[in-house]
Amino acid sequence: MTKAGLLQIEGAGKTYRGGTQALSGIDLEIGRGEFVSLVGPSGCGKSTLLRLMAGLLSPSAGTLSWAGGARPEAGFVFQDATLMPWADVFSNVHLPLKLKGISAEDARARIMAALSRVGLGEAAHAMPRALSGGMRMRVSITRALVMEPTVLFMDEPFAALDELTREKLDDDLLTLWNEQGWTVIFVTHSVYEAVYLSERVLIMNETGRLEADMPIEGGFPRGQAFRDSQLFFEQVKKVSAALRGRSAP
Amino acid sequence: MSFSSSSSARLLGWALPLLVGLLFLGAWEWAVRAQGLPEFILPAPSRIGEALVTNAGSLFLSAWVTLKVTLAAFLLATVSGVGLAVLFSQSRVVETAFFPYAVILQVTPVVAIAPLILIWVGLDNVELALLILAWIVAFFPILSNSVLGLRSVDHNLRDLFRLYGASRWQTLTGLQLPAALPHILSGMKVSGGLALIGAVVAEFVAGSGASTGLAWRIIEAGNRLQIPKMFAALVLLSLLGIAIFFALSLLEYALLRRWHESAVKRES
Ligand SMILES: Nc1ncnc2c1ncn2[C@@H]1O[C@H](COP(=O)(O)OP(=O)(O)OP(=O)(O)O)[C@@H](O)[C@H]1O
Ligand SMILES: [Mg+2]
Repeated sequence: MTKAGLLQIEGAGKTYRGGTQALSGIDLEIGRGEFVSLVGPSGCGKSTLLRLMAGLLSPSAGTLSWAGGARPEAGFVFQDATLMPWADVFSNVHLPLKLKGISAEDARARIMAALSRVGLGEAAHAMPRALSGGMRMRVSITRALVMEPTVLFMDEPFAALDELTREKLDDDLLTLWNEQGWTVIFVTHSVYEAVYLSERVLIMNETGRLEADMPIEGGFPRGQAFRDSQLFFEQVKKVSAALRGRSAP
Repeated sequence: MSFSSSSSARLLGWALPLLVGLLFLGAWEWAVRAQGLPEFILPAPSRIGEALVTNAGSLFLSAWVTLKVTLAAFLLATVSGVGLAVLFSQSRVVETAFFPYAVILQVTPVVAIAPLILIWVGLDNVELALLILAWIVAFFPILSNSVLGLRSVDHNLRDLFRLYGASRWQTLTGLQLPAALPHILSGMKVSGGLALIGAVVAEFVAGSGASTGLAWRIIEAGNRLQIPKMFAALVLLSLLGIAIFFALSLLEYALLRRWHESAVKRES
């Protein structure tokens, strides 16, 4: 791995209060600026691992250590857009800044720039319910990015969208990642999406363990040409096989 | 749905109940006259209107007295109900310790507590007693709705606030209260009506000229067999209730219009 370490996880496990053991024996290192995807069958603990890394859950075993001590500035994107329905697009994006004590006035230029970048400059004062699913997801991503986070956690962010919208948002995300150099941890159940986006794909199995850690070849920036390439298909096949190899009984 | 059909549907929404009401009043008027019913059994609507006009001074003054108690109790219930719910939302221990007592207050019939409250507060302080009783009746729906609302915050949004290191105060004002607003408002709609009922019941129990609200006018008119006046007071009471309901519906619409499902008509 060429990128310097950002997060080191050793022997992490999580057992929920009800007794469900969602994760066990997770050893993992995430490099600064990496794009890592996490795939695995439903219920295998992907969301749990993501929330553990984000500090929204505490591990019941093992340790997480961030380079520099504490978790750096982070953004989180959930499967549904999770916007505040009572606030317009601008205020929703303003939220992380507001919680840090930055007023709407001081943040205006920054928020408008971030919204324009994802094509939502015109929609700044629309209410979430007036937006399409794809637009709502863009707002959610913009909200996660407006703080200029060091690390971005995404939990199946585009799963509810149609194929075309999803590909468009995947491309937007990659472009932004290329420009900004955040670390992205991306949960998905689509092997195609994982291979297309990532430098590395982590595969989890039903027992809540990491099954494989596969580097993905193919330079950036990626686009339609990569989606159509032989290299892409080869790697999708490889990851699928690794995933099936364990999830089929 | 086209513009004309939706606006005619709105018109129908007003016209239909109005028509039913007018037909009913007409039938009533006709029945009373045709049967020659005596006024102290069932006065005709025209006689009730007449009584309303001739007694306007005392009746409207009484309506004002009742309205004052109702509004004060309602405001008190709103402030204390939401306030207590916020307190509960901050501490499970406090909630567990006190919620049962709120329930006890709610299930005890107000008529049964009224004499006690009157004695405690003193008969020279009847308005305060009325206020307390109406508050007891109006308080619980706001409390329980607010508690529910404050709890029903989206889990992911709550996590987001946590991720960004929001303080308790920021989470309360920026997330919990806005999320609870629809629940609080529907609690207020129930409580508005209950505050009026509470005020009237309390007046009935206090009785004997100690209070001068509409309920007392009804008792007084009943004792003197002034049935048209009694009906007139009843009409005023209903109008008060309707006005309160409309005012609160309007408030709800104004506050939720921009975002909440219940207040927005989606084009379809
Ligand atoms: N808050 C919770 N309390 C108790 N058990 C939980 C909780 N959250 C998740 N679990 C359990 O932990 C296991 C892993 O759940 P998790 O949500 O991490 O799976 P996932 O891989 O994200 O699944 P999906 O792909 O369906 O989103 C499941 O068995 C689930 O039932
Ligand atoms: Mg999940």
